[in-house]
Amino acid sequence: MDLTANPSLAMEQFLDAEGEVIKRLPAWVSNQDTLIDYYRSMVIARQADQKAVALQRTGKMGTYPSCLGQEAISTVCAALLEKEDVLIPYYRDLPGLMRRGIALSDVMLYWGGDERGSASPAWGQDLPNCVPIATQAGHAAGIATAIKIRHEAGDPLQVALCALGDGATSKGDFGEALNLAGAWQLPVVYIINNNQWAISVPRKIQSGAPTLAQKGLAAGLPSYQVDGNDVIALHEVVSAAIDRARQGKGATVIEAVSYRLCDHTTADDASRYRASEELKEAWQQEPIKRLRNFLHHRGLWDEHKEQALKDEADRIIEQAVATYLNTPLPAIEDLFDYHYANMPAQLEQQKNEALAREQMRQENMKSAGGHLNG
Amino acid sequence: MDNKLTMVEAVNLALDHAMDNDPDVVLLGEDIGVNGGVFRATQGLRDKYGLKRVMDTPLAETLIAGISVGMAAQGMKPVAEIQFMGFIFPAMEQLICHAARMRNRTRGRLACPLVLRAPFGGGIHAPEHHSESTEALFAHIPGLRVVIPSSPVRAYGLLRAAINEPDPVIFLEPKRIYRASKQIIDVASDPLPLDTCFTLKVGQDVTLVSWGASVRETMEAADILEGHGIFAEVIDVATIKPLDMETILTSVRKTGRCVIVHEACRSFGVGAEIAAGLMERAFDDLKAPVERVTGFDTTMPYYRMEDHYLPQADDIVRASIKSLARH
Repeated sequence: MDLTANPSLAMEQFLDAEGEVIKRLPAWVSNQDTLIDYYRSMVIARQADQKAVALQRTGKMGTYPSCLGQEAISTVCAALLEKEDVLIPYYRDLPGLMRRGIALSDVMLYWGGDERGSASPAWGQDLPNCVPIATQAGHAAGIATAIKIRHEAGDPLQVALCALGDGATSKGDFGEALNLAGAWQLPVVYIINNNQWAISVPRKIQSGAPTLAQKGLAAGLPSYQVDGNDVIALHEVVSAAIDRARQGKGATVIEAVSYRLCDHTTADDASRYRASEELKEAWQQEPIKRLRNFLHHRGLWDEHKEQALKDEADRIIEQAVATYLNTPLPAIEDLFDYHYANMPAQLEQQKNEALAREQMRQENMKSAGGHLNG
Repeated sequence: MDNKLTMVEAVNLALDHAMDNDPDVVLLGEDIGVNGGVFRATQGLRDKYGLKRVMDTPLAETLIAGISVGMAAQGMKPVAEIQFMGFIFPAMEQLICHAARMRNRTRGRLACPLVLRAPFGGGIHAPEHHSESTEALFAHIPGLRVVIPSSPVRAYGLLRAAINEPDPVIFLEPKRIYRASKQIIDVASDPLPLDTCFTLKVGQDVTLVSWGASVRETMEAADILEGHGIFAEVIDVATIKPLDMETILTSVRKTGRCVIVHEACRSFGVGAEIAAGLMERAFDDLKAPVERVTGFDTTMPYYRMEDHYLPQADDIVRASIKSLARH
């Protein structure tokens, strides 16, 4: 039997690049609140993301991976989760983190080099950003396993939702996690943000598979490709996957096709490896313009509302930036205090050394200052 | 019931009691279910606690560590078995980049109370990749604890403690002595401390420091020395990290001499850390340079030559006499 037969994966899409409807819309779309809610989140997130880039450029924040162009995926996924579900984000999930109620100032604090950005109780059980690629796929399977072990028959399951990039699908961690999710019927959703680029390596030379979604098929998982710039298609596919998981029917793999409209991070220069024509074309597909056009066509949005939203975003961001920039340095003790619940004696000793060194430096500074003043 | 148990039976009993005490304790690994583990450490536990708590995973060590991190972040207490330490390397990224850091990188919001058990060390004529001792790799990582029992009693008490510990513990079981001796296990005893060395024999002439299977040869050497009127103090380090230097220092301040014995390669090993600690804090008490009796800085040989690699009692006796010759 020829197993290379084309798997019947057709990309789910409702809106074209201009926001024109190309397929009969699902019933929930008639409730305008959901789409306006998505739109608002995406606009605020994009402004926040661009502010983060600006903070890096002006030396006020460390290296930052922008999510420009991918706002729809992160926004819709986070919006469809219940509070008690668990988000396992990747590092371009600023829109989703904000939707989960995590303070923008905390996201900035994390990228500003401060562990406390992942500490707030607002994170709930969600995992912090995951920098090593695809390792979070295993965590998500483990979280889903814990959920399943503790689940009482008859109750709806909590759901784990794991975000990854297209590059992550090349890693063994991803394959091992999908394999388990299929074998153990885990309540987990894997969402691949296919932004077409793993730093400088384009999608087509990352894998010979026609779609990334089909990597789920080998694990026996329902696998979908969706237009990641179309919030309606995303909502349809992601909510179905979450429902499946919640009902105990197992895991789903979703490839959301989008585009990285920015550099890999602020430390990267994509013009070294990416044609400007390709970028220009990708801008025609981007999710915010598409949804704005759709809302405009339906009379649900106008310039006045747009300006009011942008002003509101400015206020939110300004406040977050002020909070972030005014966050004092952590105490020296913090370097040591969170490694072990029960601190080993050697570490206690090193902590005391660090504290003594700090005190000595401060005294030296004082006496040097005194000398200069005198 | 005969409650004299081998080390591997003591491991099994510790797992059983931990599972009985706490429904959040779950076991996972390759062939640990119906097969009871290749060394039978988990024998009978699947029948007793069911499929949900004793999980046969796919053959994927990265995944075993990864899902353990995920379960632990949910507040469960996964006790994962890596079938042999030689196959632990795919799990290293998860242990170093996630398990060891989860508490710190969330400032205590999440933690990672997992135990990763692995049989390790040479001496059972196993195939390639089944006999290495790489405990130093883990001891180097902030956030981990590394524990190595050397008797059934300590295997029971230390594994109970490891499972109770709110942070990740690498629990390495010296498989050469899995069935070497039997001891009575006092199931009513408290778990053993995870930051303390055990003094197995008191003496005043030289301090012998070891851990794991090498404790046997070290004790044998101490007996030989005693036959010559030399009284060695023998310390089982047991918890490699955090290292209890105080017990070692107290002994060496008394004897003035120290011989460190370990199976692992010599360079950059745990023995070097102990020697450095002695230089820093007992320099004036040392009557002779610290001696190390260790495996060579070679690849672990295949089994025909493994006895030429593993430290033997006569090596330890010679090193002790060399140390004692200095005045």
